[in-house]
Formats: sequence, structure tokens, C-alpha cells
Amino acid sequence: MNRRRYLPILPILTLLVMLGPVAAGLWGTLLPAFGHLPAAGLSGPSLDPFRDLFDWAGLPRAVMLSISTGLLATVISLAIVVLVTAGWSGTRPFRTLERLLSPLLSVPHAAAAFGLAFLIAPSGWLSRLISPGITGWVRPPDLLIVQDTWGLTMTAGLVVKEVPFLLLITLAALGQADAQRSVTIAQALGYGRVTGWLKTVFPRVYAQIRPPVYVVLAYSMSVVDVAVILGPNTPPPLSVQIVKWMSDPDLAMRLEAAAGALLQLGLVVGALIIWRFGEMVGGYLGRRWIAKGSRGRFDPIVAQGALVAGGTSALIVLLGLAVLAIWSIAGFWGFPEALPDQFTLRNWMRFGPGTLDALGETALIACVVACVALLLTVGCLEAEYRYGLSFSQRTVWLIYLPLLIPQTAFLPGLQTLMLGVGADVGRLPVMLAHLVFVLPYVFLSLADPFRAWDTRMGTIAAALRASPDGVLWRVRLPMLLRPILTALAVGLAVSVGQYLPTLLIGGGRVATLTTEAVALASGGDRRAIAVYGLMQTGAALVPFALALLLPALVWRNRRGLRHG
Amino acid sequence: MDKGLSLKDVVISKGGVPLLSITHDIDPGEVLTVMGPSGVGKSTLLAFVTGTLASDFRAKGEVLLDGQNITHAAAHQRRVGILFQDDLLFPHLSVGANLAFGLQPGGSAAERKAKVEEALDEVGLSGFAIRDPATLSGGQKARVALMRMLLSEPCALLLDEPFSRLDAALRAQVRDMVFDRARARALPVLMVTHDADDAQAAGGAIVTLGG
Repeated sequence: MNRRRYLPILPILTLLVMLGPVAAGLWGTLLPAFGHLPAAGLSGPSLDPFRDLFDWAGLPRAVMLSISTGLLATVISLAIVVLVTAGWSGTRPFRTLERLLSPLLSVPHAAAAFGLAFLIAPSGWLSRLISPGITGWVRPPDLLIVQDTWGLTMTAGLVVKEVPFLLLITLAALGQADAQRSVTIAQALGYGRVTGWLKTVFPRVYAQIRPPVYVVLAYSMSVVDVAVILGPNTPPPLSVQIVKWMSDPDLAMRLEAAAGALLQLGLVVGALIIWRFGEMVGGYLGRRWIAKGSRGRFDPIVAQGALVAGGTSALIVLLGLAVLAIWSIAGFWGFPEALPDQFTLRNWMRFGPGTLDALGETALIACVVACVALLLTVGCLEAEYRYGLSFSQRTVWLIYLPLLIPQTAFLPGLQTLMLGVGADVGRLPVMLAHLVFVLPYVFLSLADPFRAWDTRMGTIAAALRASPDGVLWRVRLPMLLRPILTALAVGLAVSVGQYLPTLLIGGGRVATLTTEAVALASGGDRRAIAVYGLMQTGAALVPFALALLLPALVWRNRRGLRHG
Repeated sequence: MDKGLSLKDVVISKGGVPLLSITHDIDPGEVLTVMGPSGVGKSTLLAFVTGTLASDFRAKGEVLLDGQNITHAAAHQRRVGILFQDDLLFPHLSVGANLAFGLQPGGSAAERKAKVEEALDEVGLSGFAIRDPATLSGGQKARVALMRMLLSEPCALLLDEPFSRLDAALRAQVRDMVFDRARARALPVLMVTHDADDAQAAGGAIVTLGG
């Protein structure tokens, strides 16, 4: 009976937990941006922070970087995913990519970025593999590849991580699009595979994946950890500069940071509007292209190219992990040797104890946050089922909202606000901040399988006189063990990968694997970075492995539950 | 007219449009067959009786079971059993655990186990308790589903196209078994189907909806 009282309020509580910090953070950004910061003895309103911001010589370049990396990363990863799916869905190479999806997804952004840097830097693994044989280099060439002025490496680092995310989302949308039959019909009408797919299936699929595409755009424009590792330094992208201002001991610099954060928000909103406009233009051109009736002469080339691009993107992440693994056990490794002179466990013994402390902190935060997120999610979905309350079509945008507002726009404000009311920074606020980002992913991961459950099972169980709680605990949750564990693993991985919330809300006092690893970026100790990066990857990857293994073990004698 | 299942002036509508209306008394051991093409709302009627009507439907009228008004009772307190065309055995539980799920609480573990075995014996499935339901044949699953429902001691039985997934040979056999058991326990039965054979075999009153 008790449950009946709090279950209906869970959806509201969930929205509050998810959107409350965002709203508070934006408020906390707005005030100092207009010169109001009582903690520093300043009161507004004034336009000085914006004047200071626009006086900063690096601003035009920082703004350009934010826009160009964001748009490029989104366009490229979307194009790869769409064309690979169009050309290859249902084939063997595609299934291979699908199998790689979960591990690729769970590799944290920072670890993937380090891997990429270790691969393509002038003294990176690729350069070592072809030197001096092909290049003739006996010392690393003086090229600015990593942290290049144009942010191209940073864009590449974003692409290799967004491709698996968008592919996962696309696969989920394909299930509801009746894709196979449409393509079969199109092919019977003489259309090539890619062209047929683009003309018949893509419009339906895109309508479904639009929110996550927007998330990719907003994220790529405002990312901090990848930008610190792979992005240019002079000047850095706007998001990185905001964090620099925030960590300045001079409290007055927070005003400039807040003004920058508002500008960042404006940039993202502007880019989303441009993207929306691009969708309309694309739709118009697409309809004309369909009406022209072209059958797709270049389909085979396009398909091959897309597969190469998709495969390369997956390979970069995997090779990046490999080179991290090699560095973590490398003794002396001179250029241009392809492999270290000797392998040693010394690096692990040196950095291992430090990573274990960080692992403990990471695991504690991730477990609490992921479990709370799962509890709220199951509560919301069960309330929706029992009372017909619904997080339906329109409210789905609310779930995406925390992911669409750039982290750099509201986290600084949240920190300033906490400072203002004298709240202590530390572990608990960090957990609450993580929850904002973990909840949407856990919800999105569990919602479809939870709703797809055959409700006649519930009718049968109720007819067998099981109470609503009994149905939930004894029938629905056990049957959904696999998706529940997957959602939990997603939540853990998202929490493990969080950089900015941990850094800002933790006030530098909460050291997780991610903050420690990113902090090592400027030092350039490859062995330390490798150990931390691998531990970070492991912390995200192991839960996914367990989420696959446990249901297989628990339900080993239950054939009806073996395939989802 | 105390015992049995009564539908009193039941009208179900969706978005203001009436789908069906029905008034009927089903005596213990009798079968009422409701026929009609798919989409006419036959399953909706059953959802109303079990208390699981989706929120976009509106229903008026009353359902009385053994003289008690159950129109607004919670689904799990109605004592109305139901069988669907799919067996819907819980895939995470063994055959025995599925039957035990239906069995009312009470009694020692040994007694409960004995009751489960007895139920399996009754339908010729002795020793099946530890089996994974997914490994059973269609006819075996149907028998387990029936016994699971009967072990929960319902006061009425609803059948939602219960035999349409079974092939012709099995169909008659399972159908006879269901109707025999229902009659033996003096259960009022409400069956919806679009199959004329099933309606014939039920041997009771037939109401045709829509069309």
C-alpha cells in the first residue's frame, strides 16, 4: 500500500532530479554573467563581463573551433553511420561492426582520445611502424598533428566515439522502420542498395534518431576532456577556456567564465537552429532527388567507401587501446622502434596504487548514481504502466534536455551557486551532478525493452492473484534481467566517463580515474596515461561484460530468455 | 441467480464511439461464446472483466461474479482466470514454479510440491516439474497453462481465442480438456473467438458482435 503513495510522484521527482540542477545552473550562470557575484563582493547588473569576454583576443578563434569541430564531427559521424547502414545492414561485415558496438561504446572518451593521440602523433605508433623504412625518419618529425590549430584531430577523436553511439541509435530505430522490405521493394524497382535505402528508409529512421543527433552536436561543440587532450592550446576551444577561467584563483574571473558559458549556450542553440534549417534544405533536395528517379550508379563505390570509413573508425579505437596497453608495460621505447625494447610491470607497480584509489572513488560514485538512476527509471516506467501516466512523445524531449544544454553552460553556474549558499563541494554533489547525465541514458536504454514486455503476462499474473508489486518483482523484472543489467552498465559507463561535473562540482577534491587521466594530459608521461586510461576503460567495460554474462548464467536453463 | 458471471448493461467505447454492448448471465458450468471479426473489441470485453482495460477505453455497466460486484475491484482480487491463444508461461520459471505461482499461498513446501505434481499427473505430464517451459511442445504448454490457471482457484474462466495457435489434431483434444475441467469445477466460462468450430464445441449460448 505504501508503494501506491510514492509511485505516482516518481516521474515528477525524476524530472526534478534531472532538470533541477540544469535550471539552477543556468540561473547561477546568468547572474555572474551580468556582473552579479556577491561571493566576490560584486553586484550587478553590468555588461563588463561580456566586455572582458569580447576583449579576449582568442575569442573569434575559440568560437570558430567550437562551431567547426561540432558541426564537422556530427556531419561526418552521421554520414558514416547512415551510409554504412544503407550499404551493409544485414551483411556479415555489418554484423561484425554490430558485435564491436558495445565495447566501442563503453570506451570512455578520454581513453579513446589518448589512444588516438598515441597512434597518430609524430612519435606515435603509426609513425613508428613505418619509420624509418618508408619515411626515412630517425627522429619524430616536427609536425603539429595532435592539438593541431584547426582542431581536426579533436574532430577525429569525437567521430570515432560518436559513430558507435549513432550506430546503436540507428539500429534501434531500424527495428521499427520495416527497413528490409522497403529495400527489397526498392531493389526490385532497380534501385541500388544504398540509394534505395536512402530514398525509402532514411526519412523514417532520421525522424527517430533526430534527438540523439542533436545531442551529438551539442556535445561535440562543448566537450572539454577530448578538447584538453586533442584540441589546440592557443587559443583552446571556448569550452576549455571557460574551465580555465573557472579554475582561476581570482574569483572575478568567474564573471568572464559565466559570460563565456552563456555565449557557449548561445552557440549551441544557434548551431541547432542551423542544423534544423539544414534538415529542411536536405529534405527539399532529398525529395527532388527521389523524384528524379536516379537508381544509384555509384552505390558500390559509396558503400565501399563508407565501410572503409566505419571500419577505420572502429579500428582507431581498438588500436588506440592496444597502444595504451603496450605503453602501460613498456620499458625503454626509443623512436623509431615499432615495439619497446623490453616489457615490464614497473609502470603498473608505480601507478597502480594511485589508480586503485581513483578506482575506488570512481566505482563508489558510479555505483550509487547508476543504481539511483535505475530505481527512478523503473519507477517511472512502472508508474507509466500502472497509471497510464506517460513520458510520451512530447515529454521525450525533456529527457534529452540535460544532454542538449552544454555542460559548460550550466555546471560553472551550479558551482558558483553552491559556493554562494556555502554548500560544500565534494562527493555527494558530484553524485547529484552525475545523475543529471546518467539518468537520461539509463532511461533511454531501458524504456524500449520495458515497454515491449508483453503486458498479457501481467494480466495472467494478476489473474493468478499476484498483486501489482508481485507482478513487478516476480515476473516483469526477472524477465527483463538482461536489459536491466545493460541499462545499469550504461549508467556505470556514463558516470565513469564524466569529466567536467567531477572536476567543477567536486571542486578539484574528488579524484576519479577520468579526472586523474585528463590531468595527466599536459604532463605527457605516456606510461602513466596508459595505466590510467586502461583502468578507466576497464571500469566502463567490465560492467558491460557482466551484463552479458550474468543473464546467460542465471538463465542458462531458460531457452525462452536467451535472446533478449 | 446468485452463482455465475453476469454482465449487466456493459457498454465499452473508445473516444466517445461505442464499440460493443452486452448483457448476459453465464451460469456455473455454462459457456458463453462471443463471436465477431477481429477488431470488433472482443478482447477489450475480456480486459474489462479482468480489470486491465487500457486507459483510452471507457466502460459502463457492471460485472457480477457469484453475486459480488467486481466492476471496480483490483485485477488480482477478482478471482477471474484467463487463458490466451499463447500459453504465456513465465519463461524465467520452471514448469513446476509456473504451477506454484498459480497455487494459493499456504501449506508446507512438501504439500505444495505434491499439489503441483498432482496437477501435472492430471494432464499426463508427470515428472515435468523441473523442465524449462521453452522446451515443451505446443500441446504440453497449453496443458500447463490451463493447470496453472486452475490451481489459482478462479471463480470464472475467460478464454481469448484460446485454441487458434494449435494445429487441428491437438485443437479438439485441448479444447475438450479445457471445457471438461471448467464444467467439472462448475466455472462460468466466457470465450471470445472468431472460429465457428470452437463456438460449436463450447455448446453454449453464442453472441455475435459487430460485423
